[in-house]
Amino acid sequence: MSTARVQHSLTRILIYGLLILMTMFFLMPIYVLVVTGFKSFAEVDLQRLWALPSGIYFDNFIAAFDKLAPNLWNSLRLVIPSSIISSMIGSINGYVFSKYRFRYSNVIFTLILFGMFIPYQSILIPLVQFMEWLGLRGSITGLLLVHVIYGIPITTLIFRNYYEGIPTEVLEAGRIDGADMFGLYRFIVFPLSIPGFVVVLIWQFTQAYNDFLFAVVLTRNTTWPITVALNNLAGSQIVQWNVQMAGALLAALPTLLIYILLGKFFLRGLMAGALKG
Amino acid sequence: MSATPAAAPAAKTARRVHIPNSLETTERRIAIGLVVPSIIAIAIFVYGFIGWSVRVSVSKWTGLLADYTFVGLAHYIDLLSDRRFGIDVRNTAIFTVLFLIVCLAIGLMLAILLDQRIKGENLFRSIFLFPMAISFIVTGVVWRWLMNPATGSRISGINLIFDKLGLDFLINQWHLTSPPWGIAFVVIPAVWQMSGFTMALYLGGLRSISEDLREAARVDGASEFQIYRYIILPLLRPVTLSAVIILGHISLKIFDLIVAISQNNIALDVPGVYMWRTTFDGNNYGEGAAIGIFMLVTVAVLMVPYLVNNMKAESDI
Repeated sequence: MSTARVQHSLTRILIYGLLILMTMFFLMPIYVLVVTGFKSFAEVDLQRLWALPSGIYFDNFIAAFDKLAPNLWNSLRLVIPSSIISSMIGSINGYVFSKYRFRYSNVIFTLILFGMFIPYQSILIPLVQFMEWLGLRGSITGLLLVHVIYGIPITTLIFRNYYEGIPTEVLEAGRIDGADMFGLYRFIVFPLSIPGFVVVLIWQFTQAYNDFLFAVVLTRNTTWPITVALNNLAGSQIVQWNVQMAGALLAALPTLLIYILLGKFFLRGLMAGALKG
Repeated sequence: MSATPAAAPAAKTARRVHIPNSLETTERRIAIGLVVPSIIAIAIFVYGFIGWSVRVSVSKWTGLLADYTFVGLAHYIDLLSDRRFGIDVRNTAIFTVLFLIVCLAIGLMLAILLDQRIKGENLFRSIFLFPMAISFIVTGVVWRWLMNPATGSRISGINLIFDKLGLDFLINQWHLTSPPWGIAFVVIPAVWQMSGFTMALYLGGLRSISEDLREAARVDGASEFQIYRYIILPLLRPVTLSAVIILGHISLKIFDLIVAISQNNIALDVPGVYMWRTTFDGNNYGEGAAIGIFMLVTVAVLMVPYLVNNMKAESDI
């Protein structure tokens, strides 16, 4: 009996040991970002990468913010409206595809879904030509439009799966009370889908904020969002690595905050990518 | 999250009873009208543009002005003998295989560990998942410094830790290891970012396996290891399939992470980066389009059967 208990404690130690080891692996980059960010210019030394700062200095953040602030603003101007528009479109599509099945609706839905898996390199040349033709290449508006359109598959999917969970009887009951399609949406479906909206808003915010490919071909230096600006900063020989690190932390902050505050909803969006909501 | 199967027939009868046919037809028309703009947008921006890309890939177009002179499969044939494209394909193959194996292994391990009635499970789960919220560009920028290849008096990054711990044999050149193995080290940041997702998938799978099943096996005298080996792992196969498909298509498309880490180092090149460079820096539109279509085909081979299967499974309900 006691050997069994010893074995049990050993297993527990092993389990927690492994978990702590993995935790260190996952937190290592954040540790380096934070300690480097708060060092003073004088103590920045690649050979002391892991050392704690001697105090809290904001030199690196001020330098990074100085360079990246306009791009951070560009990102927010892009991402906030695009995620709101995306979620509205997704909600309407999801409502129709879950509650108003029509002929070939499953096939059409699947064809739409395929759009979220394609490598965007396969549509990049026409996209750039088309945006040029519309006069939108280089503008935030153009990039916003692109995020909304290529967001249709995932937002439709998340909302459709979400609405599948609303029993059709509830809608039928509303119908008996005299509501038409819009009434049903306005008074039953929409109020029930607030959590769905949170999931989609967070997901689209993160996707558009973290995008690099569309941004790098569709914007110019005045409209670069933060990912493009940060990559250029990191490739620069002039900007010091500690400023790059502070910039990386700054760039990660908005989505990181959302994750910390609303992690549960973020996870649900993530899982939708695996199709079976 | 799907409607209960029992609800469906009941709903159908209800609709037939209460809704006049004409109204239902009108509503259906409005409903279709609401999704038509999205359908048209996808038809143009996905399918129309793919067709247009194919057209570009068989035309002469080099230079800033569009030139649709038909050249047949010339660009595709050129790619076959293109040294850089050869490196790209090899890199993608190495990256994809290692990324899948390591991600699945770590994801499954973390899920099993977290399934052992752990104190602070939520905290651990959040820590393993947070890299998913960060962009590949940020990940690349940080890991480039962690994977600093310098040695001797300029030693830094993870090598510095190995040095301090006396694990000198682990000190290496990381992503600057001589080709083709440099790309293998880029798998580390990719796993850092994506293994939490794999863990979440597996954890979802583990939680859906009923406790009764494990209990029954325990009563029959199975050890914990045997329970995992013979009962749980086989039941997780569908999860593994989903994970392979999701991770696989991400890895075939990998782009931002490579851009941020490699900073133009050709040894770490992948098709996604080559397409971008040759098209928008080199103005080789025809060749760029051919690479884009090549990427599409590799991803489609993986995704189409999965999507069709999903669709069929849903129609069966």
